[in-house]
Amino acid sequence: MAGVFIALEFIISILIFINRNKIANYALMALFAAVQLGFTAYGFTHINVTEAVYFCFDPLAMLFMGALSIIAVPALYHARIYIATHRETPRTRAIFFSAMTALITATGAAYLSNHIAVIWIFVEITTLCASALIYHHRNRRSLEGAWKYVFICAISITFVFIGILFLSLSLQHAGTEDLFFDTLLANAPGMNKVWLKLAFIFIFTGYTAKLGLFPMYTAGIDAKDKAPAPAGALFSSVLMTMGFTGIFRVYVIVSNTGLHAWANNVILIAALCSIFVAMVYMAKVKNIKRIFAYSGVEHMGIVMLGLVAGGAGYYAAILHIILHSLIKPALFFQYNYVYRVFQSKSIYDTGNYFRYNRAGAAVLLLGFISATAMPPSGLFVSEFMIFRSLFEARYFAVLILVLVFLSVIIWSFGANMMKLLFIPVEGFDDSKVKRSNPWESLSQFILLGIAMYLGLNPPVQFTLMIREAIQYLPK
Amino acid sequence: MTNVLLIVFIISLVYLGIANRLLTFITIIAFQSFILFWVTLLELHDMSTGNLVFILIETIVFKTVAVPAFLVHLIKKNKMTRDAEPFLHNFTSLMSITCIIVATIVLSYYISDTFIKKIYFVVALSTLFIGLFIIATRSKIITHVMGYLIIENGVFVLSIAVGNEMPMLLNMGIMLDIFASVLILGIFLNKIGNVIKDADVHQLRHLKD
Repeated sequence: MAGVFIALEFIISILIFINRNKIANYALMALFAAVQLGFTAYGFTHINVTEAVYFCFDPLAMLFMGALSIIAVPALYHARIYIATHRETPRTRAIFFSAMTALITATGAAYLSNHIAVIWIFVEITTLCASALIYHHRNRRSLEGAWKYVFICAISITFVFIGILFLSLSLQHAGTEDLFFDTLLANAPGMNKVWLKLAFIFIFTGYTAKLGLFPMYTAGIDAKDKAPAPAGALFSSVLMTMGFTGIFRVYVIVSNTGLHAWANNVILIAALCSIFVAMVYMAKVKNIKRIFAYSGVEHMGIVMLGLVAGGAGYYAAILHIILHSLIKPALFFQYNYVYRVFQSKSIYDTGNYFRYNRAGAAVLLLGFISATAMPPSGLFVSEFMIFRSLFEARYFAVLILVLVFLSVIIWSFGANMMKLLFIPVEGFDDSKVKRSNPWESLSQFILLGIAMYLGLNPPVQFTLMIREAIQYLPK
Repeated sequence: MTNVLLIVFIISLVYLGIANRLLTFITIIAFQSFILFWVTLLELHDMSTGNLVFILIETIVFKTVAVPAFLVHLIKKNKMTRDAEPFLHNFTSLMSITCIIVATIVLSYYISDTFIKKIYFVVALSTLFIGLFIIATRSKIITHVMGYLIIENGVFVLSIAVGNEMPMLLNMGIMLDIFASVLILGIFLNKIGNVIKDADVHQLRHLKD
């Protein structure tokens, strides 16, 4: 059935591309959302079942798949509003919807892949779809954004491929040639360590382009800035989770070979650099979308610190990335309405948003509290757990450094958001500002609410799934 | 024979370091792809005939003829002849490339493995790093793309090394080749050529913080 669902979703996105009729497009989008939800529901009833050889509904994949479906529905809804308010031609509309649905499908398929080559193929497909979304406005800047994204992703995907080649060499020492993740895990102790080290470095570096981690994070920042906000919401959530899946699955293998401490050091360096970079840029950037994007880089750094810390940190890392992928889209969706009021994405041109859209301003305020991991945000719980496990693992210097970086990040993020929400802009003519429909902020509230609920009062089934997802990691 | 071909491949990389004309770059890329065609023919004897024919056709038709021809078409259309103002002198560039090759040879002795011939590893890794070096030190977008194509050639060498045991990986490499080339060359380079004449990376500085 997994194969059928994936094929069906791809067929729907091709049909959207071919069909330029508005009503047919919307109907197909609704159908796509229904199929995606059906696929996820089917997956939850078939946990740990492998289908179509290459797809397995394992707990990690299903956790991310659940988040993907929760985000996909509002993303498609906001994409529809975005297109409706931007007077698009039938052609650009069809390309936009089609690329968006194909991106969601490929991301879901990448989560479910149980073979290292298959996940790689779907990651490649997401690059293609994402580039179509970034180039949506067809102007010089979006071309620049798309070009940088495509070029860096092409190099990163080549890196991952080189990593896979090294991994296959490493595997030959263990006497097998099968690149399924469970075979790799079973043969982990027999692998050649030198090749495995090279493989891990290349695969890790390659996937950082999608995960939004140092050193390849730059492509993602431009992408989130230039793509329309509903697409940016997907880039800053599900696509990052996909990069994490790619790294995590290889990390599980490497950590069972005696290279665990070494891999942790590699990840630690990347994580610290990411949080540092995020701190520097968040203090400087005045473009709202880029602020959100850099906040994503910071959170991915924290997630990777959770992996490094080990113990409860593993659990917290998975929880953190799921909650982050629910919170960030809410901010991106709301950004569109901010832009509609001020016609600018610069902090300098925006302000006193509470006056123009109360519901939307409440979303931004709540989103800011959630994204900076202040209580009652769900991220508070996961971040606290990560810091505690760093403390228990005796990474004192790292902990102090990260806390300093985070203070600066919260200060700069807060200064910008407070300006946007409360401080009036001088000389802004608000006579032409259209009133926004408060109901259009409902989906954002729901996303933020789910993130709070999952963080503060996680259902038993949810925690069990996270525990099962990390069961192969050393204690 | 394979060794001779791969050594010629490395020499072509050294020549790349001092090439300034875009046409020279394209000729070298086409020449390298042609070498890859021969290496594939000589090395992959364990592979099924159908798969082998597919790979050979890809290397000779796509890599050796189609991609270089398209690049030639692009530089003629946009009237580009040479890579303007390289950041580095030819001598520095030549020395850096030599250092990269020597470093990979040293690294390969450190690794010593029975499953892969050292020369493949040396050629692949040095091609990868030289490709990155070219991207970092040249200023035209089209030269960056050529740097990427050189990296692709390096990856192809590595996938030939494991090709007999794992033909699936070799096919994946070819998929990567076609996918990236079509995406980068077909869609974007063409578009960038139309929007920004004589495209230089300095013109891609609008997106910044």
